[in-house]
Amino acid sequence: MPHYEPWSEERAQAVIGEFVHLEGPLMPMLHAVQETFGYVPDAVVPMLAEKLNVSRAEVHGVVTFYHDFRHEPAGQHVLKLCRAEACQAAGGDALAAHAEHKLGCKLGETTADGRVTVEPIYCLGLCATAPSAMLDGRIVARLNERRLDALISEAQS
Amino acid sequence: MTIRIYVPKDACAIACGADEVVESIQAAALARKQPVEIIRTGSRGMLWLEPLVEVATPEGRIAYGPVEETDVEGLFEAGFLTGAAHALRIGKPEEHPFMAKQTRLTYARCGIVDPASYADYVAHGGYRGLERALALGPAEIIEEVKKSGLRGRGGAGFPTAIKWKTVADAKADRKYIVCNADEGDSGTFADRMIMEGDPFQLIEGMTIAGLAVGATKGFVYTRSEYPHAIWAMEKAIEAARAHGMLGVNIAGSQHSFDMEVRMGAGAYVCGEETALLDSLEGGRGTVRAKPPLPAHKGLFQKPTVINNVLSLVAVPHILADGAQKYMDFGMGRSRGTMPIQIAGNVKFGGLFETAFGITLGELINDIGGGTASGRPVKAAQVGGPLGAYVPTWQFDLPFDYEAFAAKDALIGHGGIVVFDENADMVKMARFAMEFCSVESCGKCTPCRIGSTRGVEVIDRIIAGERREKNLEVLKDLCQTMKLGSLCALGGFTPYPVLSALTHFPEEFGDTPRRLEAAE
Repeated sequence: MPHYEPWSEERAQAVIGEFVHLEGPLMPMLHAVQETFGYVPDAVVPMLAEKLNVSRAEVHGVVTFYHDFRHEPAGQHVLKLCRAEACQAAGGDALAAHAEHKLGCKLGETTADGRVTVEPIYCLGLCATAPSAMLDGRIVARLNERRLDALISEAQS
Repeated sequence: MTIRIYVPKDACAIACGADEVVESIQAAALARKQPVEIIRTGSRGMLWLEPLVEVATPEGRIAYGPVEETDVEGLFEAGFLTGAAHALRIGKPEEHPFMAKQTRLTYARCGIVDPASYADYVAHGGYRGLERALALGPAEIIEEVKKSGLRGRGGAGFPTAIKWKTVADAKADRKYIVCNADEGDSGTFADRMIMEGDPFQLIEGMTIAGLAVGATKGFVYTRSEYPHAIWAMEKAIEAARAHGMLGVNIAGSQHSFDMEVRMGAGAYVCGEETALLDSLEGGRGTVRAKPPLPAHKGLFQKPTVINNVLSLVAVPHILADGAQKYMDFGMGRSRGTMPIQIAGNVKFGGLFETAFGITLGELINDIGGGTASGRPVKAAQVGGPLGAYVPTWQFDLPFDYEAFAAKDALIGHGGIVVFDENADMVKMARFAMEFCSVESCGKCTPCRIGSTRGVEVIDRIIAGERREKNLEVLKDLCQTMKLGSLCALGGFTPYPVLSALTHFPEEFGDTPRRLEAAE
């Protein structure tokens, strides 16, 4: 299970500071912020804007453009189900419906108890052994109902 | 005696349980006091057999697969360390029909070498291309690439040498090599496999490109969905630096070149080259209008070579063995080899590198073995989410840029996704539009609004609302997107939609033409 740090402006400054020497540092900074806190807090936007001498609007525009960046913390575990064509061809639709049913929430939502966030992902590059999923960064191929149930139980425990 | 065992560290193998298999092998060997050395390689590309475990024997490597952790005890009992018989025994991997039918140039080392080992790369012919490139000099390198006929493997098929020449001729204080490793197409995994299985080859290819055009800095832009590839690339870059093959005075020459890996954040459109450049610069991944071309004003407005992984990894081979040898493979204007990825609902899915010209039917039925579900094949989507659905009656289509274009289809990045007869083509058409609407960068209207309207129109067709009229609207909308979009996302989304409509009109409720003729 990923462990994230509580928000701290000082810590955020330190994290951002590690990348100032790079060419085009904003994306690495945003990734690092999310890796540290589990999401990209609104409070970090003006800090980045000042550091990079760009407007807040520009930073906000970047944060909101990319699917990866979260605007609020996810559930304790994140289960991503591949919904791209190769996984659809191999029975991914039924598995996604099964997961939604079992978890009692739709793709893109978090269970009421805050334990599991289930999300669609568009291609893990495991298309020859489809369908695939990712649980907290761990990849699983040849997904079937039994394996999916095991992943869901693991995420719920 | 220590026995060498090879287990892939490829993401696909890991997702199929390779790490657990390694643990089981270590435990079983320890219990038997049998010293083993486990080397983590890339994948051979026979992905239905992953995890494919290979044992070094006096006769060569003997493979077993697909191995699950519960199989390990049985394999030891059967004596697999000596290459003994077992239900999972494949024999020599290179003699397997799937491998024996291939022409492996780019993937020759993949699955064989330790991707983290510089010494292994050099021992298997690595850096011979760079050595020759250093001896030739910029103009000659570009000439060699030109002679090879190499065309961009990202999808557009633009001649690589022309791009390089433009950057080489541009005057600037700084130039860049950018590798497009943002492999977002469903059904493709060639970039991932080479980055995980033979990353030094990409480093070598980018270094040669740097020499050719006078660039000193390279970026590999890849996906956040590819953590294993990022890790493998970073390891290899560190090793190359440690051996003086990246940094100042590479390989003892006067030239300097260094590189970095950068990670995207789940935006499909960043696979489009100009959106990728904006993302690298730290912006929204919006598509730029061309001109100016990236070759003139690319990354940070400097002349930039932006090539796909597969184009760059073909380069060391072309330099090492000469343009002619590469040119000898292929057909028409499609020269060399193409790593084709067979995926989706297919029995023997994997990576098949072959000369251009092989037919789709051979790839799907003979090599891929038909569907995994056992039901008849209905269609294959070639070239990712923006590629056309090719019906079985067009499976005689040879793999060639021009032949595909003539049939309103595209090769793209060489991914084939096989569908069986259960596939709902209207749903797939709707998915294409929906995907485009979600992933559109928003810069141009045909893509941003057209895709949203496309979903609505297809929904009306599904609901049976004024079908004939709405089909006309859909076709018209596709035409607008095709001709009016700024990049391939909006421009090519009509391919899957229109191909589904053209080849499976009955599913859209359209009256099939042959019935009209019969009336």
